[in-house]
Amino acid sequence: MDAAFLLISLLNGLSVGLLLFMLASGLTLIFSMMGVLNFAHASFYMLGAYVAYSITQVIGFWTALLLAPLIVGVLGALFERHALRRVHKFGHVPELLITFGLSYIILELVQLVWGRQAVDFTPPPSLSGALFTIIDAPSSLSFAWGEKPEGCGTGGVRCTTFPAFRAFGMGVAVLMLISIWLLLTRTRIGLVIQASLTHPEAVESLGHNVPRVFMLVFGGGTALAALAGVIGGAMRVTEPSMALTVGAVVFAVIVIGGMGSLAGAFVASVGLGVIESFAVSSDHSIADGLTALGMAVTPETFGFALWSVKLSQIAAILPYLLLVLILIFRPKGLFGSREG
Amino acid sequence: MAANASFNRGRWIVWGGYALLMLVAPLLFTSSLSMTMLSQMGIAIIACLAFNMLLGQGGMLSFGHAVYSGLGSFIAIHALNRVSDGTLALPVSLIPLVGGLGGLFFAALLGYVSTKKAGTPFAMITLGIGELVAAMSLMFPGFFGGEGGITGNRVAGQPFFGITFGPQSQLYYLIAIYTFVCTALMFAFTRTPLGRMLNACRDNPERVEFVGYNTRYVRYIAFMTSGFFMGIAGGLATLNFEIVTSEVVGAIRSGGYLLFTFLGGATFFFGPIIGAVLLVLALVLLSELTQAWLLYLGLVFTFMVMFAPGGIASLIMMNLRVASFGKWRQLLVPYLMLLGAAMIAVTGASAMIEMVYHLQLNQVLGPEMRFAGVPLNAKSKGSWVAAAVVLVVGVLLFELARRRFAPLWGRIQEEIETEIKRREARA
Repeated sequence: MDAAFLLISLLNGLSVGLLLFMLASGLTLIFSMMGVLNFAHASFYMLGAYVAYSITQVIGFWTALLLAPLIVGVLGALFERHALRRVHKFGHVPELLITFGLSYIILELVQLVWGRQAVDFTPPPSLSGALFTIIDAPSSLSFAWGEKPEGCGTGGVRCTTFPAFRAFGMGVAVLMLISIWLLLTRTRIGLVIQASLTHPEAVESLGHNVPRVFMLVFGGGTALAALAGVIGGAMRVTEPSMALTVGAVVFAVIVIGGMGSLAGAFVASVGLGVIESFAVSSDHSIADGLTALGMAVTPETFGFALWSVKLSQIAAILPYLLLVLILIFRPKGLFGSREG
Repeated sequence: MAANASFNRGRWIVWGGYALLMLVAPLLFTSSLSMTMLSQMGIAIIACLAFNMLLGQGGMLSFGHAVYSGLGSFIAIHALNRVSDGTLALPVSLIPLVGGLGGLFFAALLGYVSTKKAGTPFAMITLGIGELVAAMSLMFPGFFGGEGGITGNRVAGQPFFGITFGPQSQLYYLIAIYTFVCTALMFAFTRTPLGRMLNACRDNPERVEFVGYNTRYVRYIAFMTSGFFMGIAGGLATLNFEIVTSEVVGAIRSGGYLLFTFLGGATFFFGPIIGAVLLVLALVLLSELTQAWLLYLGLVFTFMVMFAPGGIASLIMMNLRVASFGKWRQLLVPYLMLLGAAMIAVTGASAMIEMVYHLQLNQVLGPEMRFAGVPLNAKSKGSWVAAAVVLVVGVLLFELARRRFAPLWGRIQEEIETEIKRREARA
């Protein structure tokens, strides 16, 4: 494994991890405040991507980046106000179920409005190229801004580019992380939110409207999901199945990190992103490892199908494998404070 | 429950009626479509009841329960193929039991992890494990058959008194027997101390721990029992379809069990049976009728969660209670008004939904379409205005009817409460 590969895998993993964290942070925020697991969170992510796509067609990407989260956030707040609040008195299972029903409705509506095929949602021209190129010459490793320079691919010089939009996405995620943190710890509304989390009655008797705070948090969480959707949609593919693929991973992330822990969600999503990106680009298998240790693994060996699966194939199920491992060895999650 | 446990006439009538219904249903609906649907309903009844063992009785919401029916199906089809090539001496009628054991095995394995938690974390873990198995089903083509799945032939081994299970009717009766026995067993389970403890774990886990039970252990046993019955349903599905593809372990299947078990009613034992019947009807008939059926399903489900969290079964039981106090006649007219207004509103709304779907999916066919026999033009203003007017009128009428209905319903419930108290005081 050479340094260039290591670096690019690390960067790709970081960008995927930060994207996951944008989703996981909203989900965690809603969960730790209201005790509601928003099953439709990934659906709001998808909705964000599609709304941004439409706005991009009419106005432009930058307006979309701003407007799409706002629109989806308002939709989320309306859902909380008119549907979720109504079932709050029935307990947590109906709350989970209603967001589950919502995920069906959003999926169908998205397919209805935008069709069943993927839409062509791409980064704006100013962000579409490469940010920098890693030049891996036989004797040295160097960087160059922008696209691949002359001389790539000749004389043992290998070049790998890093897309500008990925870097932009990472920037947005970090910015968002800092602003959430500032909002929660340094502003008045943040303090009210924090207090409503642990002492809703006391906050209510101080004259704050706790249900409205909940509505704001739910709307804010869905807006964060939509922001992740704008980035994720343009970075990957905007298609109706994007909610399901990302949704399950995000749930795994917040269990691994510890339910309701923002720091845990951060570590888990970034860690998962990095591990996954290394696994995807490796074609080793357990059988290779065993062979290297001097054990003979042949097609006749018991469980050969299992041993010969390549790491890159496992990458897709890594989040769930980690989930199972964490549950066996540390049931409260990496940073969780309580056992569920 | 009736105090006289030695002979409970009501129960005999209900179970006898259930058996009779399954016996005569294929004589009433003789077409091959209805025969396959009846078979599927039997399978779905077992699956939904097994699912409800967790959701309704244990308060555990599983998002990945198709894993156990699906893996049961795979075990069953491998067993069936062994029977076909003569390496396994087993009557075909016992193949579903093999599926059940498969389901039990995987529930014991995966349930050990899932049941470490209850509540919301449990739901998320089942979702994760569901995804894990679904992803793995494409990674091991040897066992799961890859994209194409694995096929089998249920006419295998020696015929038993001429029963080969070749004709659908023979298979139907096998499924009916399994369905009846499994329903009875699962009902019996709710009456065992374990079943009661499971209810206690749902309602007050802290107290259960205080009494000296391990809630996790109770959940684990319930999970395995549920997995066993899911596996039987999977094994029966194997015999019914003679093909098992990787989608039987997928999230869509799991979601279907969840949606329809809840729609049927998770709080009553018989609720999932209604849900299972609806599941097959929706999957076979509704999906033929309209392309928007998933949207309708999602909307109905959401409204059900909001306004009737006990599902259809709870609506039936509430009305039975009103009827048993002889007050149902007062409600008849308001009910008809509510129903009529709702029908008008739904007609308007679904006309609009169908027009949107038509525009999106059938553009090549032109803007003309028929909705419930009425010709509509999805691109003309007239059709849209007409549909909108129907919708608004329906909603207004519904609101008027509801305003008359709500106080009446409240008054009747109050009367029933006082009547119950009066009877208790007299007793």
